[in-house]
Amino acid sequence: MSKTYYNPDDLRKFGKITEWSEELGEKFFDYYGKVFEEGALTAREKSLIALAVSHVVKCPYCIDAYTKDGLQKAITKEEMMEAVHVGAAIESGATLVHGVQMMNKYEKLSM
Amino acid sequence: MIKESLHKRESSLSKSQKQLEYLANGIFKSGDLPTFKAKVNKSGQHPLRAKKLEILQLNLGYMCNQVCEHCHVDAGPDRKEIMTKETMSQCLEVIKRSGVHTLDLTGGAPEMNPNFRWFVEEASTLGVKDFIVRSNLTIIRANKKYYDLPQFYKKYNIHVVSSMPHWTKDKTDKQRGDGVFEKSIQALQDLNAVGYGMPGSHLELDLVYNPSGAFLPADQTSLENEYKKSLLHEFGIQFHKLFAITNLPISRFLDYLIMSDNYEDYMYSLVEAFNPGTLSGVMCTNTLSVSWDGWLYDCDFNQMLELKVKSKVKHIRDYNSKELADREIVVSQHCYGCTAGAGSSCQGTMQ
Repeated sequence: MSKTYYNPDDLRKFGKITEWSEELGEKFFDYYGKVFEEGALTAREKSLIALAVSHVVKCPYCIDAYTKDGLQKAITKEEMMEAVHVGAAIESGATLVHGVQMMNKYEKLSM
Repeated sequence: MIKESLHKRESSLSKSQKQLEYLANGIFKSGDLPTFKAKVNKSGQHPLRAKKLEILQLNLGYMCNQVCEHCHVDAGPDRKEIMTKETMSQCLEVIKRSGVHTLDLTGGAPEMNPNFRWFVEEASTLGVKDFIVRSNLTIIRANKKYYDLPQFYKKYNIHVVSSMPHWTKDKTDKQRGDGVFEKSIQALQDLNAVGYGMPGSHLELDLVYNPSGAFLPADQTSLENEYKKSLLHEFGIQFHKLFAITNLPISRFLDYLIMSDNYEDYMYSLVEAFNPGTLSGVMCTNTLSVSWDGWLYDCDFNQMLELKVKSKVKHIRDYNSKELADREIVVSQHCYGCTAGAGSSCQGTMQ
Protein backbone atom coordinates (compact mmCIF):
# COMPACT_ATOMS: atom_id res chain seq x y z
CA MET A 1 0.00 0.00 0.00
CA SER A 2 1.42 3.37 -1.00
CA LYS A 3 1.99 5.99 1.68
CA THR A 4 0.86 9.56 1.25
CA TYR A 5 1.13 12.66 3.40
CA TYR A 6 -2.63 13.14 3.26
CA ASN A 7 -5.09 10.60 4.66
CA PRO A 8 -8.81 11.35 4.07
CA ASP A 9 -9.67 9.74 7.43
CA ASP A 10 -7.63 12.44 9.19
CA LEU A 11 -10.34 15.00 8.45
CA ARG A 12 -12.58 13.24 10.99
CA LYS A 13 -9.79 13.61 13.56
CA PHE A 14 -9.45 17.38 13.12
CA GLY A 15 -10.98 17.97 16.55
CA LYS A 16 -8.16 16.01 18.15
CA ILE A 17 -5.76 18.97 17.76
CA THR A 18 -7.42 20.27 20.93
CA GLU A 19 -5.98 17.34 22.90
CA TRP A 20 -2.44 18.74 22.71
CA SER A 21 -3.40 22.36 23.27
CA GLU A 22 -6.82 22.59 24.82
CA GLU A 23 -7.18 26.33 25.23
CA LEU A 24 -5.95 27.30 21.78
CA GLY A 25 -7.80 24.42 20.11
CA GLU A 26 -11.09 25.33 21.75
CA LYS A 27 -10.64 29.02 20.96
CA PHE A 28 -9.98 28.12 17.33
CA PHE A 29 -13.07 25.88 17.00
CA ASP A 30 -15.29 28.42 18.77
CA TYR A 31 -14.07 31.08 16.37
CA TYR A 32 -14.45 28.75 13.38
CA GLY A 33 -18.02 27.89 14.33
CA LYS A 34 -18.90 31.55 14.84
CA VAL A 35 -17.44 32.57 11.48
CA PHE A 36 -19.69 30.16 9.61
CA GLU A 37 -22.94 31.16 11.33
CA GLU A 38 -25.50 33.17 9.39
CA GLY A 39 -24.56 36.83 9.61
CA ALA A 40 -24.37 39.69 7.14
CA LEU A 41 -23.51 36.87 4.72
CA THR A 42 -25.67 33.76 4.51
CA ALA A 43 -24.20 30.38 5.51
CA ARG A 44 -24.59 29.44 1.84
CA GLU A 45 -22.47 32.38 0.66
CA LYS A 46 -19.85 31.58 3.27
CA SER A 47 -19.72 27.97 2.12
CA LEU A 48 -18.97 29.07 -1.45
CA ILE A 49 -16.25 31.46 -0.26
CA ALA A 50 -14.75 28.63 1.80
CA LEU A 51 -14.80 26.34 -1.22
CA ALA A 52 -12.98 28.90 -3.38
CA VAL A 53 -10.37 29.55 -0.68
CA SER A 54 -9.93 25.79 -0.15
CA HIS A 55 -8.78 25.52 -3.76
CA VAL A 56 -6.52 28.53 -3.57
CA VAL A 57 -4.77 27.23 -0.45
CA LYS A 58 -4.84 23.75 -2.04
CA CYS A 59 -6.15 22.00 1.06
CA PRO A 60 -7.59 18.58 0.12
CA TYR A 61 -9.32 18.25 3.50
CA CYS A 62 -11.01 21.62 3.00
CA ILE A 63 -12.05 20.74 -0.57
CA ASP A 64 -13.68 17.50 0.64
CA ALA A 65 -15.34 19.30 3.54
CA TYR A 66 -16.74 22.23 1.58
CA THR A 67 -17.85 20.18 -1.41
CA LYS A 68 -19.89 18.10 1.02
CA ASP A 69 -21.06 21.23 2.84
CA GLY A 70 -22.13 22.72 -0.51
CA LEU A 71 -24.11 19.59 -1.39
CA GLN A 72 -25.78 19.75 2.02
CA LYS A 73 -26.77 23.32 1.35
CA ALA A 74 -28.16 22.32 -2.08
CA ILE A 75 -25.54 24.44 -3.84
CA THR A 76 -25.39 23.40 -7.50
CA LYS A 77 -22.28 22.10 -9.24
CA GLU A 78 -22.38 25.14 -11.55
CA GLU A 79 -22.26 27.48 -8.54
CA MET A 80 -19.41 25.47 -7.01
CA MET A 81 -17.33 25.54 -10.20
CA GLU A 82 -17.90 29.28 -10.62
CA ALA A 83 -16.64 29.78 -7.08
CA VAL A 84 -13.50 27.77 -7.91
CA HIS A 85 -12.96 29.98 -10.96
CA VAL A 86 -13.24 33.08 -8.78
CA GLY A 87 -10.45 31.66 -6.60
CA ALA A 88 -8.42 30.71 -9.67
CA ALA A 89 -8.90 34.16 -11.23
CA ILE A 90 -7.67 35.90 -8.08
CA GLU A 91 -4.75 33.53 -7.78
CA SER A 92 -3.69 33.90 -11.43
CA GLY A 93 -4.36 37.65 -11.23
CA ALA A 94 -2.08 37.80 -8.22
CA THR A 95 0.65 36.20 -10.31
CA LEU A 96 0.04 38.36 -13.35
CA VAL A 97 -0.14 41.67 -11.48
CA HIS A 98 3.48 41.02 -10.51
CA GLY A 99 4.14 41.36 -14.24
CA VAL A 100 3.90 45.10 -13.66
CA GLN A 101 6.79 44.86 -11.22
CA MET A 102 8.72 42.91 -13.83
CA MET A 103 7.92 45.56 -16.44
CA ASN A 104 8.97 48.37 -14.07
CA LYS A 105 12.25 46.67 -13.31
CA TYR A 106 12.83 45.92 -16.98
CA GLU A 107 12.27 49.54 -17.94
CA LYS A 108 14.44 50.84 -15.11
CA LEU A 109 17.38 48.67 -16.09
CA SER A 110 17.08 49.20 -19.79
CA MET A 111 18.43 52.13 -21.78
CA MET B 1 -30.06 4.91 -13.40
CA ILE B 2 -31.62 1.86 -11.80
CA LYS B 3 -34.66 0.31 -13.49
CA GLU B 4 -35.68 -2.44 -11.09
CA SER B 5 -36.14 -2.89 -7.36
CA LEU B 6 -33.58 -4.78 -5.25
CA HIS B 7 -36.34 -7.36 -4.84
CA LYS B 8 -36.64 -7.89 -8.60
CA ARG B 9 -32.86 -7.98 -9.01
CA GLU B 10 -32.73 -10.62 -6.26
CA SER B 11 -30.12 -8.55 -4.43
CA SER B 12 -29.15 -9.93 -1.02
CA LEU B 13 -29.94 -6.48 0.42
CA SER B 14 -33.60 -6.91 -0.55
CA LYS B 15 -33.76 -9.09 2.57
CA SER B 16 -34.26 -7.08 5.75
CA GLN B 17 -32.17 -9.57 7.72
CA LYS B 18 -29.15 -8.85 5.51
CA GLN B 19 -29.59 -5.11 6.02
CA LEU B 20 -29.81 -5.51 9.78
CA GLU B 21 -26.69 -7.68 9.78
CA TYR B 22 -24.82 -5.05 7.80
CA LEU B 23 -25.90 -2.33 10.24
CA ALA B 24 -24.91 -4.44 13.26
CA ASN B 25 -21.46 -5.44 12.00
CA GLY B 26 -18.41 -3.57 10.69
CA ILE B 27 -17.70 -0.24 12.38
CA PHE B 28 -20.39 -0.87 15.00
CA LYS B 29 -19.21 -4.36 15.93
CA SER B 30 -15.57 -3.24 16.09
CA GLY B 31 -16.54 -0.45 18.48
CA ASP B 32 -15.28 2.35 16.19
CA LEU B 33 -18.78 3.80 16.45
CA PRO B 34 -21.30 3.29 19.30
CA THR B 35 -24.53 1.46 18.55
CA PHE B 36 -27.69 3.57 18.62
CA LYS B 37 -28.86 1.80 21.75
CA ALA B 38 -25.55 2.60 23.51
CA LYS B 39 -25.78 6.23 22.45
CA VAL B 40 -29.36 6.60 23.72
CA ASN B 41 -28.39 4.80 26.91
CA LYS B 42 -25.54 7.25 27.48
CA SER B 43 -27.97 10.14 27.17
CA GLY B 44 -30.14 8.50 29.86
CA GLN B 45 -33.14 8.04 27.58
CA HIS B 46 -33.06 4.30 26.91
CA PRO B 47 -35.41 2.67 26.21
CA LEU B 48 -37.46 4.99 24.03
CA ARG B 49 -41.13 4.42 24.75
CA ALA B 50 -44.33 5.08 22.83
CA LYS B 51 -46.40 8.08 23.90
CA LYS B 52 -49.99 8.91 22.99
CA LEU B 53 -50.83 7.70 19.48
CA GLU B 54 -51.35 10.71 17.24
CA ILE B 55 -50.37 9.63 13.73
CA LEU B 56 -51.47 6.54 11.86
CA GLN B 57 -49.31 5.97 8.80
CA LEU B 58 -50.61 3.43 6.30
CA ASN B 59 -48.50 1.93 3.55
CA LEU B 60 -51.02 1.18 0.81
CA GLY B 61 -48.52 -0.87 -1.20
CA TYR B 62 -45.05 -1.00 -2.64
CA MET B 63 -46.18 -0.50 -6.24
CA CYS B 64 -44.89 2.74 -7.74
CA ASN B 65 -44.49 4.25 -11.20
CA GLN B 66 -40.95 5.37 -10.29
CA VAL B 67 -37.76 3.57 -9.24
CA CYS B 68 -35.90 6.16 -7.15
CA GLU B 69 -32.27 5.49 -6.29
CA HIS B 70 -32.69 6.25 -2.60
CA CYS B 71 -36.08 4.59 -1.98
CA HIS B 72 -36.22 3.02 1.48
CA VAL B 73 -39.31 1.05 0.47
CA ASP B 74 -37.61 -0.55 -2.55
CA ALA B 75 -40.77 0.41 -4.41
CA GLY B 76 -41.31 0.22 -8.16
CA PRO B 77 -43.55 -1.01 -10.96
CA ASP B 78 -42.34 -4.55 -10.32
CA ARG B 79 -43.63 -4.63 -6.72
CA LYS B 80 -47.06 -6.26 -6.38
CA GLU B 81 -47.65 -5.92 -2.63
CA ILE B 82 -50.91 -3.96 -2.25
CA MET B 83 -53.14 -3.36 0.78
CA THR B 84 -56.48 -5.14 0.41
CA LYS B 85 -59.91 -3.62 1.03
CA GLU B 86 -60.25 -5.92 4.04
CA THR B 87 -57.09 -4.51 5.68
CA MET B 88 -58.21 -0.99 4.78
CA SER B 89 -61.51 -1.65 6.56
CA GLN B 90 -59.61 -2.79 9.65
CA CYS B 91 -57.63 0.48 9.51
CA LEU B 92 -60.87 2.50 9.27
CA GLU B 93 -62.11 0.82 12.45
CA VAL B 94 -58.90 1.78 14.26
CA ILE B 95 -59.10 5.39 13.04
CA LYS B 96 -62.63 5.57 14.53
CA ARG B 97 -61.58 4.07 17.85
CA SER B 98 -58.13 5.55 18.39
CA GLY B 99 -58.84 9.24 17.89
CA VAL B 100 -55.65 9.84 15.90
CA HIS B 101 -55.38 13.44 14.66
CA THR B 102 -53.24 12.65 11.60
CA LEU B 103 -53.75 10.03 8.93
CA ASP B 104 -50.79 9.62 6.61
CA LEU B 105 -51.07 7.55 3.41
CA THR B 106 -47.87 6.43 1.78
CA GLY B 107 -46.50 3.76 -0.52
CA GLY B 108 -45.10 3.19 -3.23
CA ALA B 109 -47.53 5.46 -4.96
CA PRO B 110 -50.63 5.19 -2.73
CA GLU B 111 -52.81 6.33 -5.61
CA MET B 112 -52.00 3.09 -7.48
CA ASN B 113 -53.89 1.03 -4.93
CA PRO B 114 -57.19 0.18 -6.72
CA ASN B 115 -59.16 1.00 -3.55
CA PHE B 116 -57.35 4.29 -2.85
CA ARG B 117 -60.28 6.54 -3.73
CA TRP B 118 -62.79 4.42 -1.84
CA PHE B 119 -60.58 4.51 1.22
CA VAL B 120 -60.08 8.31 1.07
CA GLU B 121 -63.86 8.83 0.79
CA GLU B 122 -64.51 6.59 3.78
CA ALA B 123 -61.67 7.95 5.95
CA SER B 124 -62.54 11.58 5.22
CA THR B 125 -65.78 11.18 7.20
CA LEU B 126 -64.00 10.14 10.39
CA GLY B 127 -62.97 13.59 11.64
CA VAL B 128 -59.19 13.31 11.24
CA LYS B 129 -57.69 16.81 11.49
CA ASP B 130 -54.78 16.30 9.08
CA PHE B 131 -55.28 13.84 6.22
CA ILE B 132 -52.00 13.46 4.34
CA VAL B 133 -51.33 11.74 1.03
CA ARG B 134 -47.65 11.35 0.13
CA SER B 135 -47.75 11.76 -3.62
CA ASN B 136 -44.72 11.36 -5.87
CA LEU B 137 -46.27 14.02 -8.19
CA THR B 138 -45.50 12.19 -11.46
CA ILE B 139 -48.43 9.83 -10.82
CA ILE B 140 -50.72 12.80 -11.54
CA ARG B 141 -49.28 12.96 -15.08
CA ALA B 142 -48.62 9.23 -15.53
CA ASN B 143 -51.95 8.23 -17.04
CA LYS B 144 -55.27 9.87 -17.95
CA LYS B 145 -57.02 8.08 -15.10
CA TYR B 146 -54.94 10.09 -12.64
CA TYR B 147 -55.27 13.52 -14.28
CA ASP B 148 -58.16 14.49 -11.98
CA LEU B 149 -56.23 13.74 -8.76
CA PRO B 150 -55.78 17.45 -7.88
CA GLN B 151 -59.59 17.90 -7.94
CA PHE B 152 -60.04 14.66 -6.00
CA TYR B 153 -57.58 15.80 -3.33
CA LYS B 154 -59.34 19.14 -3.15
CA LYS B 155 -62.78 17.53 -2.73
CA TYR B 156 -61.57 15.69 0.38
CA ASN B 157 -59.33 18.48 1.68
CA ILE B 158 -56.27 16.23 1.43
CA HIS B 159 -52.95 17.60 2.62
CA VAL B 160 -50.58 16.80 -0.25
CA VAL B 161 -46.95 16.11 0.63
CA SER B 162 -44.73 15.57 -2.38
CA SER B 163 -41.13 14.61 -2.99
CA MET B 164 -39.01 17.09 -4.90
CA PRO B 165 -35.30 16.47 -4.30
CA HIS B 166 -34.12 19.66 -5.99
CA TRP B 167 -35.29 22.63 -8.01
CA THR B 168 -33.04 21.67 -10.94
CA LYS B 169 -33.72 19.02 -13.58
CA ASP B 170 -30.40 17.17 -13.46
CA LYS B 171 -30.42 16.62 -9.70
CA THR B 172 -34.05 15.52 -9.66
CA ASP B 173 -33.84 13.18 -12.65
CA LYS B 174 -30.63 11.62 -11.41
CA GLN B 175 -32.30 10.54 -8.18
CA ARG B 176 -35.81 9.82 -9.40
CA GLY B 177 -35.49 8.91 -13.09
CA ASP B 178 -35.45 10.56 -16.51
CA GLY B 179 -38.35 12.90 -17.14
CA VAL B 180 -39.42 13.02 -13.49
CA PHE B 181 -38.56 16.70 -13.09
CA GLU B 182 -40.68 17.85 -16.03
CA LYS B 183 -43.69 15.78 -14.96
CA SER B 184 -43.31 16.95 -11.35
CA ILE B 185 -43.32 20.57 -12.48
CA GLN B 186 -46.47 19.97 -14.54
CA ALA B 187 -48.12 18.22 -11.58
CA LEU B 188 -47.24 21.09 -9.22
CA GLN B 189 -48.73 23.55 -11.72
CA ASP B 190 -51.89 21.39 -11.86
CA LEU B 191 -52.09 21.45 -8.06
CA ASN B 192 -51.55 25.23 -7.96
CA ALA B 193 -54.28 25.63 -10.58
CA VAL B 194 -56.93 24.17 -8.23
CA GLY B 195 -55.62 26.24 -5.30
CA TYR B 196 -53.07 23.94 -3.68
CA GLY B 197 -50.02 25.66 -2.19
CA MET B 198 -51.25 29.18 -2.86
CA PRO B 199 -50.67 31.84 -0.20
CA GLY B 200 -53.53 31.80 2.30
CA SER B 201 -55.08 28.66 0.77
CA HIS B 202 -56.35 25.97 3.15
CA LEU B 203 -55.35 23.39 0.53
CA GLU B 204 -51.96 22.42 1.91
CA LEU B 205 -49.13 21.53 -0.45
CA ASP B 206 -45.77 20.75 1.14
CA LEU B 207 -42.63 19.49 -0.55
CA VAL B 208 -40.08 17.01 0.72
CA TYR B 209 -36.37 17.49 0.16
CA ASN B 210 -34.03 14.60 0.73
CA PRO B 211 -30.36 14.76 -0.22
CA SER B 212 -29.43 13.25 -3.57
CA GLY B 213 -26.30 11.56 -2.28
CA ALA B 214 -24.23 10.59 0.74
CA PHE B 215 -24.67 13.78 2.75
CA LEU B 216 -27.07 15.20 5.31
CA PRO B 217 -29.67 17.89 4.62
CA ALA B 218 -28.92 21.50 5.47
CA ASP B 219 -31.06 23.85 7.49
CA GLN B 220 -34.70 23.40 6.46
CA THR B 221 -35.57 27.12 6.47
CA SER B 222 -32.65 28.08 4.20
CA LEU B 223 -33.55 25.28 1.79
CA GLU B 224 -37.20 26.32 1.80
CA ASN B 225 -36.21 29.86 0.86
CA GLU B 226 -34.07 28.61 -2.04
CA TYR B 227 -36.85 26.32 -3.27
CA LYS B 228 -39.48 29.03 -3.07
CA LYS B 229 -37.33 31.57 -4.89
CA SER B 230 -36.31 29.19 -7.68
CA LEU B 231 -39.65 27.43 -8.29
CA LEU B 232 -41.55 30.72 -8.34
CA HIS B 233 -39.01 32.47 -10.56
CA GLU B 234 -38.52 29.61 -13.04
CA PHE B 235 -41.97 28.01 -13.16
CA GLY B 236 -44.42 30.24 -11.27
CA ILE B 237 -44.94 27.44 -8.72
CA GLN B 238 -45.97 28.06 -5.11
CA PHE B 239 -46.10 25.73 -2.14
CA HIS B 240 -46.40 26.05 1.63
CA LYS B 241 -43.63 24.29 3.57
CA LEU B 242 -40.52 22.30 2.76
CA PHE B 243 -39.67 19.23 4.85
CA ALA B 244 -35.96 18.35 4.85
CA ILE B 245 -35.65 14.63 5.51
CA THR B 246 -32.45 12.66 6.13
CA ASN B 247 -31.93 9.49 4.09
CA LEU B 248 -31.79 6.49 6.40
CA PRO B 249 -29.20 3.81 5.64
CA ILE B 250 -31.57 1.03 4.65
CA SER B 251 -32.75 -0.67 1.46
CA ARG B 252 -31.76 1.04 -1.81
CA PHE B 253 -30.00 3.92 -0.07
CA LEU B 254 -27.92 1.44 1.93
CA ASP B 255 -27.13 -0.38 -1.32
CA TYR B 256 -26.04 2.94 -2.86
CA LEU B 257 -23.85 3.78 0.15
CA ILE B 258 -22.11 0.41 0.00
CA MET B 259 -21.67 0.37 -3.78
CA SER B 260 -20.28 3.93 -3.85
CA ASP B 261 -17.94 3.25 -0.90
CA ASN B 262 -19.66 5.95 1.16
CA TYR B 263 -21.19 3.77 3.89
CA GLU B 264 -18.62 4.34 6.65
CA ASP B 265 -18.28 8.08 6.05
CA TYR B 266 -22.05 8.45 6.03
CA MET B 267 -22.44 6.55 9.30
CA TYR B 268 -19.71 8.68 10.87
CA SER B 269 -21.59 11.80 9.73
CA LEU B 270 -24.83 10.53 11.26
CA VAL B 271 -23.23 9.54 14.57
CA GLU B 272 -21.26 12.79 14.83
CA ALA B 273 -24.48 14.73 14.24
CA PHE B 274 -26.39 12.77 16.93
CA ASN B 275 -28.49 15.22 18.90
CA PRO B 276 -29.99 13.80 22.13
CA GLY B 277 -32.45 16.70 22.15
CA THR B 278 -34.30 15.09 19.23
CA LEU B 279 -35.11 11.89 21.14
CA SER B 280 -38.16 13.36 22.84
CA GLY B 281 -39.70 14.21 19.46
CA VAL B 282 -38.84 11.28 17.20
CA MET B 283 -41.87 10.21 15.20
CA CYS B 284 -41.76 6.56 16.29
CA THR B 285 -42.99 7.63 19.72
CA ASN B 286 -46.37 8.99 18.54
CA THR B 287 -46.85 7.05 15.30
CA LEU B 288 -48.04 3.63 14.34
CA SER B 289 -47.01 2.41 10.91
CA VAL B 290 -49.19 -0.20 9.20
CA SER B 291 -47.80 -2.30 6.37
CA TRP B 292 -49.72 -3.28 3.23
CA ASP B 293 -50.54 -6.61 4.89
CA GLY B 294 -51.63 -5.08 8.20
CA TRP B 295 -48.60 -5.62 10.46
CA LEU B 296 -47.72 -2.90 12.95
CA TYR B 297 -44.40 -1.08 13.27
CA ASP B 298 -43.05 1.89 15.22
CA CYS B 299 -42.23 3.68 11.96
CA ASP B 300 -42.05 3.26 8.20
CA PHE B 301 -38.32 2.44 8.35
CA ASN B 302 -38.83 -0.32 10.91
CA GLN B 303 -41.55 -1.62 8.62
CA MET B 304 -39.07 -1.99 5.77
CA LEU B 305 -36.64 -3.77 8.12
CA GLU B 306 -39.50 -6.01 9.32
CA LEU B 307 -38.94 -4.94 12.94
CA LYS B 308 -42.47 -5.37 14.28
CA VAL B 309 -43.72 -3.54 17.39
CA LYS B 310 -42.64 -4.93 20.75
CA SER B 311 -46.15 -5.77 21.92
CA LYS B 312 -48.53 -8.70 22.18
CA VAL B 313 -50.58 -6.91 19.52
CA LYS B 314 -48.76 -6.99 16.21
CA HIS B 315 -51.55 -6.71 13.61
CA ILE B 316 -54.10 -3.99 12.86
CA ARG B 317 -57.01 -6.48 13.16
CA ASP B 318 -56.05 -6.98 16.83
CA TYR B 319 -55.47 -3.28 17.62
CA ASN B 320 -55.62 -2.58 21.31
CA SER B 321 -54.52 0.83 22.59
CA LYS B 322 -53.70 -0.46 26.08
CA GLU B 323 -51.46 -3.21 24.79
CA LEU B 324 -49.60 -0.81 22.50
CA ALA B 325 -49.28 2.04 25.00
CA ASP B 326 -45.88 2.70 26.51
CA ARG B 327 -44.31 -0.09 24.41
CA GLU B 328 -40.56 -0.07 23.98
CA ILE B 329 -39.54 1.30 20.58
CA VAL B 330 -37.46 -1.08 18.49
CA VAL B 331 -34.18 0.54 17.44
CA SER B 332 -31.08 -0.19 15.38
CA GLN B 333 -28.30 1.84 13.77
CA HIS B 334 -30.63 3.23 11.06
CA CYS B 335 -32.29 5.29 13.82
CA TYR B 336 -29.28 7.63 13.77
CA GLY B 337 -30.89 9.07 10.62
CA CYS B 338 -33.76 10.54 12.66
CA THR B 339 -31.59 12.01 15.42
CA ALA B 340 -28.93 13.78 13.34
CA GLY B 341 -28.67 17.56 13.62
CA ALA B 342 -32.08 19.14 13.94
CA GLY B 343 -33.67 15.68 13.74
CA SER B 344 -35.66 14.19 10.90
CA SER B 345 -39.21 12.94 10.65
CA CYS B 346 -41.85 12.52 7.97
CA GLN B 347 -42.85 16.10 8.89
CA GLY B 348 -39.32 17.40 8.32
CA THR B 349 -36.88 18.61 10.94
CA MET B 350 -37.98 18.74 14.57
CA GLN B 351 -36.19 21.77 15.96
